[in-house]
Amino acid sequence: MRLKKILQILLLLLSAVIILGLVKGAVNIPMAGLLLKENQVIFNMRLLRILAAVLAGSGLAVSGIALQAILRNSLAEPYLLGTSSGAGLLVVIAMVTGISKIYMPLAAFIGAVASIILVYNLARQGNRVADKSLILSGVIVSIAFSSIIVFLVSVSGDKAVHEITWWLWGSLDVYDYRLMLLVSIPVIAGIAAIYIFSQDLNAIIMGEEEAMHLGIDTQKIKKALILITALITASLICVCGIIGFVGLIVPHMMRLVVGPNHKTLIPATCLAASIFMIACDCLSRTLFAPVEIPIGVITAIIGAPVFILLLKKGKRI
Amino acid sequence: MGVLLKISGVTGGYYKEDVIKGVSLDIDSGDFIGIIGPNGSGKTTLLRLATRILYPSRGGIFFKGEDIFHMDLKEFCRMIAFVSQDISTDFSFTVKEIVMTGRIPHLKRLQFETKRDAEITEQALTLTNTSGFKDKRIDELSAGERQRVIIARSLSQEPVLLFLDEPTSHLDIGHQVQILDLLKKLNRRNNLTVVMILHDLNLASSYCNRIILLDNGAIYKQGRPEEVLTYRNIEAVYKTVVLVNNNPLTGKPNVVLVPGKE
Repeated sequence: MRLKKILQILLLLLSAVIILGLVKGAVNIPMAGLLLKENQVIFNMRLLRILAAVLAGSGLAVSGIALQAILRNSLAEPYLLGTSSGAGLLVVIAMVTGISKIYMPLAAFIGAVASIILVYNLARQGNRVADKSLILSGVIVSIAFSSIIVFLVSVSGDKAVHEITWWLWGSLDVYDYRLMLLVSIPVIAGIAAIYIFSQDLNAIIMGEEEAMHLGIDTQKIKKALILITALITASLICVCGIIGFVGLIVPHMMRLVVGPNHKTLIPATCLAASIFMIACDCLSRTLFAPVEIPIGVITAIIGAPVFILLLKKGKRI
Repeated sequence: MGVLLKISGVTGGYYKEDVIKGVSLDIDSGDFIGIIGPNGSGKTTLLRLATRILYPSRGGIFFKGEDIFHMDLKEFCRMIAFVSQDISTDFSFTVKEIVMTGRIPHLKRLQFETKRDAEITEQALTLTNTSGFKDKRIDELSAGERQRVIIARSLSQEPVLLFLDEPTSHLDIGHQVQILDLLKKLNRRNNLTVVMILHDLNLASSYCNRIILLDNGAIYKQGRPEEVLTYRNIEAVYKTVVLVNNNPLTGKPNVVLVPGKE
């Protein structure tokens, strides 16, 4: 029943930050005025941001959970396998070559998917993919792509630098609601699919061979989950760029609160990540209004100390 | 009774190196078998082949006449369970959650555990005497308690054949006896066939009805304890001098180490 209470608290917090997200901004609107006609444009815009925050938070955090489990590595996060740098690289190339802005999300998606395919094949030995080679090739591809990004940015004009920040540090400023609706389909379906694998994840996180002794085809499930997480992160990068940390710390925080069982961890993490993202987005809009700070900066600034605090407390994560 | 698992001329191991070389072995229903042998003799590799973790390069393994590598993986794991030496404590699952994962082979995808699964889990906890700490986290337990939890999980798989890889290696003598008594009880009452790797020759001698002595990837000798545990066999395989007398309580062979002279 402790669990029920935790879920109730999370739901309460979620409603609180949703209201906060609607009220606060460059212009503060009192709660009573939210539904007035003259505020409708702002209301819709902010509601869209909240939906984007829920989608991005849940998608990234659940992807983090899945990768932490299948790689049995607590430092795994959604961008570990190169999706972020791949997306970033293609976006920068698109900017430098002057391709129309409309194609940027597509470029990001292709970059993310292409780099994960590259990483996976680099790590593959015949039919097997070892966790360590997967992580290593992910890191190497990320470093290589990042350096090319920096190179391209430094030889191009100043204006491009500002544009690329949006992609590399993320923003929930949804400029096209149709794109967001489109993206929500793979993200929600992906989260649901990962949830279906809850019990397999429980077994795999205790050891790959242990899981095989329980009748789980770990190689097949690993492949499927890498594909699903790639799809979620690539889709999210299209609409909100790269948002770090949420996929790493929220799962860890929730493991401390509800335990490692994925059947409860996944729903609890969805709620917590939504709360975290809405709150961070609220800060990114209001701290230096009307200038908006990239949300990835906020998640890292809040996330890093929280993470250190958890580590210092000596609790297992 | 009849043959439960037939290992027939199996050669296999890792990548290009065959650790097991032409092993043939019949495991009968109701057997209580100990596998012994020096380090590197292929004990664990043999178990990994028999539980489908490794694929043999030659020979075949048959469960009730059916090639195990052609069986559905979940069906296989409903029949044969494996108990490893220890379990990861990196993530603090509760005892009950861990034992519950033993039900995975019985569940279809998208199917969550039913009341019956909970009952079987509960039975496994009771049998292994672990229900007293079922809500405790795995990292809070002692090595002996953890070992019982791993056995409980394998029992919730409801197997007919249980493989164990040195189930007593981390335990003191009191807990060693406790675990082996439990396995013997399951063997007698539930007709669970048990095959385990043991390092302690005297434990193998006291409990097992059959002993398999492995040397360099092949069976050096197999049979009843008194047939296998002779000083000639042990000295030849382990390259050390021993004395074998009789355990006054059980009448089984008792291996005594002889320290080398300075």
